[in-house]
Amino acid sequence: MDTSAVTRIPPNQIEATRSPGYWESVARRVLADRVTLVCLTILATIALAAIFADVLAPADPLKTSMAKRLRAIGTPGFPLGTDELGRDILSRLLHGGRMSLLMGSWPVANALVIGGILGVTAGFFGGRLNMAIMRVVDVFYAFPSVLLAVAISGALGSGMKNAIVALTIVFVPPLVRIAETVTTQVRGLDFVEAARASGAGSATIIRVHLLPNVLGPIVVYASGLFSVSIILASGLSFLGLGVEPPQAEWGLMLNTLRQAIYVQPWVAILPGVMIFVTSICCNLASDGLRAAMEIKG
Amino acid sequence: MADTPLLSVSGLSVAFDTPRGTAKAVNGIDFGLDRGEILCLLGESGSGKSVTLRALMRLLPERRSKIGGRVTIEGEDLYALPERRVEDLRGKTVSMVFQDPMLAFDPVYTIGRQIAETILRHEAVSRAEADRRALELLEKVQIPSARRRLDAYPHEMSGGMRQRAMIALALACNPSILLADEPTTALDATVQMQVLLLLRRLQAETGMAVIMVTHDIGVAAETADRVAVMYAGRIVEQGTAAQVLKTPRHPYSVGLFASTVHAGLKHQRLDAIPGAPPDLTALPAGCAFAPRCPRREAACEVAPPPVTATADGRSVVCVSAAALARS
Repeated sequence: MDTSAVTRIPPNQIEATRSPGYWESVARRVLADRVTLVCLTILATIALAAIFADVLAPADPLKTSMAKRLRAIGTPGFPLGTDELGRDILSRLLHGGRMSLLMGSWPVANALVIGGILGVTAGFFGGRLNMAIMRVVDVFYAFPSVLLAVAISGALGSGMKNAIVALTIVFVPPLVRIAETVTTQVRGLDFVEAARASGAGSATIIRVHLLPNVLGPIVVYASGLFSVSIILASGLSFLGLGVEPPQAEWGLMLNTLRQAIYVQPWVAILPGVMIFVTSICCNLASDGLRAAMEIKG
Repeated sequence: MADTPLLSVSGLSVAFDTPRGTAKAVNGIDFGLDRGEILCLLGESGSGKSVTLRALMRLLPERRSKIGGRVTIEGEDLYALPERRVEDLRGKTVSMVFQDPMLAFDPVYTIGRQIAETILRHEAVSRAEADRRALELLEKVQIPSARRRLDAYPHEMSGGMRQRAMIALALACNPSILLADEPTTALDATVQMQVLLLLRRLQAETGMAVIMVTHDIGVAAETADRVAVMYAGRIVEQGTAAQVLKTPRHPYSVGLFASTVHAGLKHQRLDAIPGAPPDLTALPAGCAFAPRCPRREAACEVAPPPVTATADGRSVVCVSAAALARS
């Protein structure tokens, strides 16, 4: 065999340009995906509007007026009409968005941390620990999520904090499952064994090799839960278990405007439209993100 | 330390608990490895080659595998050491090159980072020093434009280049034993030889010992000083590369080499060994190869054949070893 074949390759023959990193290429793919981009823009607008509700809202969302009840959309002074107590709908939607988005993100963020830790632990250590964690999770799976949320927040009493706790408990089990599955998959991959073969201990493997590889899939999954959380939170408020009146929250608004559906249908469905738009944008953006992150190599 | 053997394995056995019963993957193998020596473990899939290699680094899952026998590395009993000490050994004294370099690199880090990380794990050097060493290693394994490749992610490199990077990673802390698990199997035929030659050159430069696992007789012929042929978790024949490859004695080695494609075999049917390898959960009481062996005798099926060592340093595990040596 002619050994010179190896040594004769000129060092600059293969042009290696500095290549984009993983996240850089994910960002590029997201930017190329129009649907995801539009959804992200809408979500960002809704979020900004909610954050700056104090500045943007034309009126006090809690100020009632018996004289100006259930005005139609486009009434001077009330661009989106008024509700059954004469409160400005636009202002209430802006303030309510703040509450709804909070109810959408907090439980998911909490569940992401708790579920992530439990799932990665179960997946990495396996054996009895895995058995213990996963079987407890299975118990929670026995109940439909809506029922579970209603039951827990019913038991804890109404109020925003309790609703967040209830929703967190609802979202932990699916996240534990996802984290456990992904961890088990990643743990079996060659690079984990290769890391062990080069002297890495369990702590290093979890921190350096498992977490970054597991985080992607669970964050994407969690972003899909965001819309579920908004809907469930709205449902809890609708049932009187979440945010308490007169606070504005989309689900609660939908509930109280329910009686006005025959009088001012277009005004009455506005909170529902907001919930719908937010959750569908969330789902589409989450799908886009998933697609952008899936391609490796 | 010069008089203690670098690596010695005696009576190593590995069994896994499976739902179908206990799979005996390795059944009492003995071999040694001297400094600077290249040993090839040759055998077909499922013969226990890769499991043996992992046992030498204590990488097998401890809960699910039963390991017997002794492995000593530089005089230390591997399976008596605390886990912490074994972690120190891995990557420093013994390191491994994996079969598929695509899977053996973590996709979320750059090549340079992963090499530097291994150096930092074992040596008290600065980050900058580790990065400099990583660059040096990439140059050593002849990766073109090494400086820029340091910042490349595994998926951005070709298979051959990834395997070179894998070798660089394995050599990061100047190990005295390099374990290579079919290092060329996942590569294109054209790249295979380059990687082998690279391995051999690096071995000669550094003086490390290498255990190469392969099912490719060409690879063994190209690189090995000594060859051990494995079948059903046992070493059936062991000797220098020239002895074993040119004049195989064990009926399995003879059959294995006859069933391999090589030049000068155009338009001929390949000889195949009749039958299939045994089920590892139900190994025969006698010689595992007996059911497929053309020289089977009654004694073969009673008890495992003894190891017959001959004066020229070879050993054959077969009841008719003496007759085979004469022929």
